[in-house]
Amino acid sequence: MALKELSSLEKFLGLKKPNKYSTQGDRKVPVLQSNSGPGVVGLVTIATHLTLEAKKPDLLGSSAEERAVVQQWLEYRVTRLDGCAKEDIRTILKDLNTYLEDKVYLAGNHISIADPLMYYGLHHIIMDLAVHEKEKYLNVTRWFDHMQHYPSVRHHLPPVVVLRNRVYTSGHH
Amino acid sequence: MKLFVSEGNPHCLKALAVLELTGVKCDVQHVNHEEKVVPFLSRPILPVLHLPSGQYLFSSNAICQYLFDVSKKGSNKQSHQWLEWEATELQPALMYALHLVVVQGKTADPAKGLEAPLSFLEQSLSKKTTPFLTAETVGVADIVLWAALYPAFLENSLKTSELKSTRTWFERVGVLPACQASVQSVFKGKGVEALKGYLQKQPAPHGQHTQPRDTHTSSNESPTETEDSDHHTTEEEIEVAAQIWNQRIDCQSKPERKHPILPEEGKRNVLITSALPYVNNVPHLGNIIGCVLSADVFARYGRQRGWNLLYICGTDEYGTATENKAREEGLTPQEICDKYHAIHTNIYKWFQIDFDFFGRTTTQKQTEIAQNIFWRLHERGFLIEDIVEQLRCESCQRFLADRFVEGVCPFCQYPEARGDQCDKCGRLINAVELKEPQCKVCKQTPVIRSSKHLFLDLPKLEANLEQWLDQSVSTGDWTTNARNITRSWLRDGLKPRCITRDLRWGTPVPHPDFSGKVFYVWFDAPIGYLSITANYTDQWEKWWKNPEQVELYNFMAKDNVPFHSVVFPCSLLGAQDNYTLVNNLIATEYLNYEDTKFSKSRGVGVFGDMAKDTGIPSDVWRFYLLYLRPEGQDAAFSWADMALKNNSELLNNLGNFINRAGMFVGKFFEGCVPQVVLQEEDKRLLAQVGWELKQYIQSLDKVRIRDALKCILNISRHGNQYIQVNEPWKKIKGGDTDRQRAGTVTAVSVNMAVLLSAMLEPYMPTVSETIRSQLQAPPATARFMLQGEGNFVCSLPAGHRIGTVSPLFQKLEAEQIETLKKKFGGQQPEEEASKKQAKTVTQDNAATKASAPVAASETSVKADPELVKQLVAAIAEQGDKVRVLKGQKAEKAVIGAEVAKLLEFKKQLTLAEGKSPEPAPQKGKKK
Repeated sequence: MALKELSSLEKFLGLKKPNKYSTQGDRKVPVLQSNSGPGVVGLVTIATHLTLEAKKPDLLGSSAEERAVVQQWLEYRVTRLDGCAKEDIRTILKDLNTYLEDKVYLAGNHISIADPLMYYGLHHIIMDLAVHEKEKYLNVTRWFDHMQHYPSVRHHLPPVVVLRNRVYTSGHH
Repeated sequence: MKLFVSEGNPHCLKALAVLELTGVKCDVQHVNHEEKVVPFLSRPILPVLHLPSGQYLFSSNAICQYLFDVSKKGSNKQSHQWLEWEATELQPALMYALHLVVVQGKTADPAKGLEAPLSFLEQSLSKKTTPFLTAETVGVADIVLWAALYPAFLENSLKTSELKSTRTWFERVGVLPACQASVQSVFKGKGVEALKGYLQKQPAPHGQHTQPRDTHTSSNESPTETEDSDHHTTEEEIEVAAQIWNQRIDCQSKPERKHPILPEEGKRNVLITSALPYVNNVPHLGNIIGCVLSADVFARYGRQRGWNLLYICGTDEYGTATENKAREEGLTPQEICDKYHAIHTNIYKWFQIDFDFFGRTTTQKQTEIAQNIFWRLHERGFLIEDIVEQLRCESCQRFLADRFVEGVCPFCQYPEARGDQCDKCGRLINAVELKEPQCKVCKQTPVIRSSKHLFLDLPKLEANLEQWLDQSVSTGDWTTNARNITRSWLRDGLKPRCITRDLRWGTPVPHPDFSGKVFYVWFDAPIGYLSITANYTDQWEKWWKNPEQVELYNFMAKDNVPFHSVVFPCSLLGAQDNYTLVNNLIATEYLNYEDTKFSKSRGVGVFGDMAKDTGIPSDVWRFYLLYLRPEGQDAAFSWADMALKNNSELLNNLGNFINRAGMFVGKFFEGCVPQVVLQEEDKRLLAQVGWELKQYIQSLDKVRIRDALKCILNISRHGNQYIQVNEPWKKIKGGDTDRQRAGTVTAVSVNMAVLLSAMLEPYMPTVSETIRSQLQAPPATARFMLQGEGNFVCSLPAGHRIGTVSPLFQKLEAEQIETLKKKFGGQQPEEEASKKQAKTVTQDNAATKASAPVAASETSVKADPELVKQLVAAIAEQGDKVRVLKGQKAEKAVIGAEVAKLLEFKKQLTLAEGKSPEPAPQKGKKK
C-alpha cells in the first residue's frame, strides 16, 4: 500500500525515474533502496527526501513555520492516522474538520507534501463515509475533493463521489 | 511565541531542552495535563508551541525541528529519519512499557516490546564514529531521543543498563546544561512520581486491555455525541411511550380498496397526480423519482393513514415529439403511443407504483373536456386571436413548433434553447425570438410565416390567479422551488400564451375559424388529469369540481412548475366551473447521473426499463432513489454510493436488526414471542422510537419523503445498539433474571421490527410485506401504529408465534457494481463512438442501443474480458518473436510479415476492449 502511494507521490512530484522500494518489519515500513548507503527509511523521511530530489523544496514549506507545520501533519499522518483504532476515526475527522475550516491546504494557502500524503492516508476512511457523514465533515470533504481533483495526485486510488450539494441541510439537535 | 508544557511529560522535556539549547526567545507556560491549548483538537495534548503567526504546533518533534530551524542550526536527512523512527517505532513501544510498569506496577516482561527498538538504537550507536547521532555536535535527533528515553532510564526495571553504547550516548547528551535545566523544569525532582502523574492522564496505549480508569475518559467521547441525531428524551416522553406500548390495537384492518374511489363526506379526500410522463421516450431514474415514485410513496402513506385517496397518472401522448418519433420509426402516432404506453406501464409496474388508475391523454374524454374548457374560456372572453409570426422550415414543409426548432436563447445566450423554453434560464421563449434558429430535423434555417392563433389572456386572469395563489400557498404545502418559480413568473408579468398549434397530432381546436389546428400540449396535457380521471370513473367531477372537499397534490420535477401553478390554474379559473385547484405543489430538483446529466443519446444513465436487468431488486432501487430524492437541491446518482447504502444501511443496519430480532425469537424462544418486563432502559428506547415515529409522520405529512426515510433508519440503528448493549444471546444462557432480560429485549426488538415494516411500506412495499409475513404480524397493526402522532404499541404479545425468518437483503459486491457502472457509464472516450453509432443504427430499440456503448464501425463488439486476455497474451508472444527476428537480423520481408501480424492483434485488442480502432501506429511501420 505504502509503495503504491510512494509511486503516486513520485508522479505528483514529477520525478521521471521511479525509485526502488522495499518494506521492513511488521509494520511494513517503506525503505527507499539506494545504491550508495543504507537507504532511506520511513514514509515521512522518504517523502521529504523525494521532494528535495524533485527540487521542490517549497512543498516542504517556504518558511520555518510552514516547514514545521508540514512536518507536523506528516507526522500526524504516520502516528495518528495510520493504524488508528476505529473509535478514533471520528475524532480525527472532527479535528481535521475544525482545523481545515479556514484553510485551503493543510499548511494554509499553499499545497505541501503533507496534502497528498494525508489524502492517501484518509482515502479508505472517506471512501466508507455515508453521504451524511461526508456532509458532517464538510471541510475535510471539501479539502479531500480538492485533492482528488488536484493535478497528478490521485493516481492509484479510485475517486470518491462527493456531492456538490448538501443533501442534509439541517439536522435536529 | 509561547510554549505550553506540563509536568512529567517527556515530550515537554524535548521541547524545553531544545529551547534552552537553541536559545530561541519564547515564553514558557506550565499548564495541567488536561489543559486544551489547541482549539481544533478534541483531546488535550502537550507540549504546544503557539507560533507568532497564530498557528499551533502540537507535535513535540515538529516543535524541536522548528526551534532548530529558526536558530539556523538546521537538520539533515538523518535526523529526519531518526525523528520519524522515534515517533512511529520508539514511542508506541515506550508508552506501552511505561504504562505497564509505572501505572500498573507490573514487572514481568514489560520491556518485551522495547527490546527491538532499543537494540536497533544500540547497534546504530555502536557503529557511530561521531559522538552524537547525526554529527559531531548535538543535534535535534539527540535531544528528541534522549528526552524520549529519559523515563526509561529513570525507571530501572526497563533493562536499559545492558545497552552500553546507548548509555554512554544518553549520558553524554544528559549532561548538557540545556538538558539538565529542562529535567529540572519538567520533573521538578519528583522523578517517577511526576512521570506517573503524566502517564495516568494519557489514554491507554494500543494492544492493552486495562480497566477504564476513573481519571481520564475524556469529555468528548460520550456515545451521544457521536450519534449526533439522537433525541434526548424527557421523563414525560418515557412515561407516555410506556403507556402507548401497552395499548390495545383498536382498529379494523385495512379496508379493501373498492373502485371507483370517490370523495366522501367527513373524510380527508386526497387527490394525487403525478406529472404525466411524455410518451415518446423511456423514462430515466430522474423522471421516476421526480414524480411517479415520490407520489407513490405519498399515496401509499396516505392510504396507511386511512385517507380517502385517489392516485392517478397516465402518459402524455399528443404533440410534435410524438409525431416526430412516429416518422422516425415508420409508425403512426397512435401506434407509437400504444407502444410506449405499454413500455411505461411495465416500468412502473416493476417499480411497484401503485396507481389507482394509469391512463393516457389520447382519449375521447380528453377531447370532450379540453374542448369544453376551451369553449367556456372563449365564451367568457379569456381567449384572444392574433396573427403569429411563426418559423416555417421550407425544406421540411411545415411550421416549426416548439421543440422542432433550436437556437440561441435571447435572454441568457444559451446555445441550445428550445422553441418554447430555455433549459438554462427557464424562461419561456417565442420561437421567433430565438437567435440563429435551426430546424431540428434538417438543420436548415427556417423562415418566418404568419398564421392565425388563439391566446389565453393571462394578464386578464392575473388578479384572479394571484388571489387564489396567495390562499393556496399559505395554506398548502408548496415546496420552496415551486414557490420561487411561481413568484418569479408573476414578478416578470404574465403575457398572453398561445394555446393552438399548426399540427395534426393533438386535440382538435373545435372553433371553425381554426380548423386544422390543435391545442398546444401545455394547454392540453394538464387537462389529462381530468380526462384520465373521467376514464376511471364517470363521476370524475366529484373529484375535479369539488374544491371544498378535495385536497389536490401535484407531484412533478421543477421544470413543470409554471404550467401547474400559473398556466393550468388560469385555464381552470377562467373556465369558471368550480374546478378543484392544486393545494399542494411538490416539485423535486434534478437527479444527475454520477455528476453528469442523464442522456439518452449518449447512453449515459439508467433508464426505467434497464433497472430490472441489473438484478437489483425493485425495492432497493426505490430505497436508493428515495434516499437520494433531490429535495431542496440537485442530487446525483452514484453506483458506488448505491452499493454503499445497500450494504451499510439496508444490509448492516435495517436488515441486520430485523433479522436478528426474528432469529432470537426462533432460536431462543421456540418461535414464540417472550414475556416483556419493561425496565427503565427499555422505556427510554420506546420513547426514542416513539419520537422517531412522530418525526416520520410529521415529515411525511409535509411530503418530506427523504427525511422520513432517515427516521426509519434511525429506529433500526437504535435497535441494533439496544441488542448490542443487552446481548440477549449471552443472557439467554444465564440465570432466571438474565433469561427474563433476554426475553424482554427480544420481544421489544421483534415488535420494533413490526413497526419498521409499517413505516417501510411506502418505501419498500415488498420488504415490508416480507417482514410482516415472516413475523406473522396481524394486518391491522400497521394502520394503528400510523394513526395520529404515531403509536408504537406491542403488536406481537407474549406467546405470539412467528413464521420463518430469513435475510431481507443481499450484499452488492464491488465487482457487480463496477460492471454495472461500466455498462451504463457512457465513459468519456467512448462517448463519441456511441454517439455516432446511435445515429447509424436503426431506431428499432432505443433501450438496447443506449445500454452498451458500441464501438467499431462495422462490427459492434462489446468489451470481452476473455478475448482481451487471449489477445494480450498473443501480442506479448508475437512481440517477442519480432524482437528475436530483429535481433537475428532476419530478412526485412520476414520481419515485415510478423510485424503485420502483431499490428493485426493489436487492432483486434482495441476492438475487444470496446474502444474505437485507432490508425495503426506509425512507429511500428517505420521499424
